[in-house]
Amino acid sequence: MRHRTVLSIMVVLCGFSETLCWSEDSPVVRVGSKAFTESVVLGEIIEHLISDAGGKPEHLAELGGTQICWKALLAGDIDCYVEYTGTIQQEILTGESIRGDESMRDALALRKVVMSRHLGFNNTYALGMPEDLAEKWKIRTISDLAACPELPRLKMRFSDEFLERADGWRGLRKEYGFPEVAERGIDHSLAYRGLQTGSHHVTDVFTTDAEIRLYHIRVLEDDRGYFPLYHAVMLTRSDLSERAPKVAESLLRLEHQVDNSTMIDLNAKAKLDRIDESRVAAEFLRDRLRLNVTLAGDGRAARLQRSAFRMLDNLLQHLLLVVISLAAAIVVAVPLGVIAYCRPRLGKVILNTVGIVQTLPAMAVLVFTIPILGLGALPAIFALFLYSLLPIVRNTYTGLSNIPENLKESAIVLGLSSSARLRLIELPLASTSILAGIRTAAVINVGTATIGALVGAGGFGQPILTGIRLDDFGLILQGAIPAALLAVGVQAAFGLAENWLVPAGLRFKAN
Amino acid sequence: MLELDQVTKSFGSTTVLHPTTLSFTEGTTTVLIGPSGCGKSTLLRIMIGLIQPDAGTVRFQGEVFSPANQLAMRHRIGYVIQDGGLFPHLSASDNVGLLARHLGRDAAWVRRRIDELTELVRLPREALSRFPAQLSGGQRQRLGIMRALMLDPPLILLDEPMGALDPLVRYDLQNDLRDIFRTLKKTVVLVTHDMGEAGFFGDEVLLLGGGKIVQRGTLKSLLESPADDFVTRFIQAQRLPGHDS
Ligand SMILES: Nc1ncnc2c1ncn2[C@@H]1O[C@H](COP(=O)(O)OP(=O)(O)OP(=O)(O)O)[C@@H](O)[C@H]1O
Ligand SMILES: [Mg+2]
Repeated sequence: MRHRTVLSIMVVLCGFSETLCWSEDSPVVRVGSKAFTESVVLGEIIEHLISDAGGKPEHLAELGGTQICWKALLAGDIDCYVEYTGTIQQEILTGESIRGDESMRDALALRKVVMSRHLGFNNTYALGMPEDLAEKWKIRTISDLAACPELPRLKMRFSDEFLERADGWRGLRKEYGFPEVAERGIDHSLAYRGLQTGSHHVTDVFTTDAEIRLYHIRVLEDDRGYFPLYHAVMLTRSDLSERAPKVAESLLRLEHQVDNSTMIDLNAKAKLDRIDESRVAAEFLRDRLRLNVTLAGDGRAARLQRSAFRMLDNLLQHLLLVVISLAAAIVVAVPLGVIAYCRPRLGKVILNTVGIVQTLPAMAVLVFTIPILGLGALPAIFALFLYSLLPIVRNTYTGLSNIPENLKESAIVLGLSSSARLRLIELPLASTSILAGIRTAAVINVGTATIGALVGAGGFGQPILTGIRLDDFGLILQGAIPAALLAVGVQAAFGLAENWLVPAGLRFKAN
Repeated sequence: MLELDQVTKSFGSTTVLHPTTLSFTEGTTTVLIGPSGCGKSTLLRIMIGLIQPDAGTVRFQGEVFSPANQLAMRHRIGYVIQDGGLFPHLSASDNVGLLARHLGRDAAWVRRRIDELTELVRLPREALSRFPAQLSGGQRQRLGIMRALMLDPPLILLDEPMGALDPLVRYDLQNDLRDIFRTLKKTVVLVTHDMGEAGFFGDEVLLLGGGKIVQRGTLKSLLESPADDFVTRFIQAQRLPGHDS
């Protein structure tokens, strides 16, 4: 599924349209998923369904969030993904008055997006407590908990986010009439362990968390309907039913098939048992929909080999992001620096603009560029390109400005034209500074290129993202260490490049 | 060959050059002398079109500086500043040959010309391959002069060329330079603070004060009949033997 990034890189390089690469009859159908396990598992399920219905599936896994998935869906970079009704209401149809699923479905239809029926589970906040304790005090609902005579002796600890959110603890307390608790947040996964060790008795959970099964947690029913509903639904581009009618129809087989306990189970298999998401998805389809999915061989040796390949793949993708964006930035930024130097008034505008560009959050840049550039390497390259401008423009400008006045005059009185002065005198004299700017940009770029994973461009951000998702520290290191080494390597490479690129006379002086 | 007609220059509210009319005869060396800040460098910069005068005209070989001809005119004027103004990223010989190469002179010609000039200014040959930072102050100054002479310009302007040299080095270079200017019959305008140097070089000495020409003539005439108090004081300040009070 990551080979799609290599493909999009090929597209970048040769300018070929991807449709040229797939000449077979089976339509390409792309599914997206967000960077958490539930979403990835559902993405894998959909991938198998597409394949079963005769489509050629591609799974763009672990995209950087709701906005990126949604923009990619609108741009046609993906054909479908699983979203939550609460998220649709709050983050996609923001500010529109939506009353119920039908009105949501209509609002989405205006955007040429089809919303399926509920897949079956509702992934929202809930209160959880150990099963035995709940049983002992006969607590089934949140109202039971609020009315429990033991309540003063039950210790509650909540996650920071739950404590802060308007639709979290504060509202819940009012709704059910809970007493005040110590307002000190706790990490979500520590909260589960705390329930088990008995350091506290009630915490906030998500209703499909894998840990619910592992730690034998009873999820208390929200009998007053306080928490917003986050029913999973599939969002599909409406043109899919024309392009691949069989696939579009087949995807609907998922409706009402995944209830909360099923989803908890799937999450637990992937996240806690570390079973490959693709296999988890295949087993689900076999058991639930009687679908026979053939999986590629997944022996230990094959996996090892794959991970070596993946490492190389990540390196190549990472380098590609860095090299292309840096090259483009050099081509643009050096002339901008020269213009800034030659035209002081325009220069001020240029320097301020690239300074502002530098402060744009990466996520915003990605979300804004997806409608134009789609998913994959391009939006990441564009973001990196933007972030590379400032150091290069500024160093070009200061390098030129810091040339001693008597040297500039010497060049003029010799009778050199301004372009000859720039080429023969000023740029060579500024070369140390320009190169230092490029080096800064390159090193920053190597680190920042990990954002590529958010838009399916791969690179060392991919293992980091997956590692965070699976709480797998080793996997995080598989991305973080090579990225750090690469940054050191780039730094060293520029040290060597200086010997070639900076005129010998200037190096001599520096010694 | 070089005429200034009613040239004036102010920077902001301070007038650096009051209306000045001047001409320099071909083949002579004129020394500009005067106290610091009196406008000597400004005058030289106006002569090579580095600064536009506020009023008046500068005529060199009958031509007035304009954007269209300024490059070509500068090719016919050599300009030497303190410490040579050499480009640190170029070797000594590249500094000297830069303009000629840029103008498309063939490599053999450039090499021959650099050889000639190396001999003329008595620069050690091995210095040619070094970078400016690897040369002595005297060698840098000789290179600056080579660069100015490269295209054999009829007019040479020098702004305190020996200001930063120790007396022995300066003594040698002064001798060499005067010989060069005399044998090549160049028109030379040289700025200095040093009365002794002025007398050594100058067919004529031009004393500038407060943005005006105070006196012009041979050094002898300046010393013997100072035009006014200012000239007397300037001469006294030089502590020349026989003029110390
Ligand atoms: N670009 C400029 N802007 C403003 N004022 C200037 C500028 N160039 C020179 N001046 C002023 O003009 C006056 C004359 O300067 P100039 O360099 O011609 O003096 P000088 O006779 O060469 O002095 P010195 O012997 O110290 O080199 C000085 O007061 C100087 O401060
Ligand atoms: Mg001066």
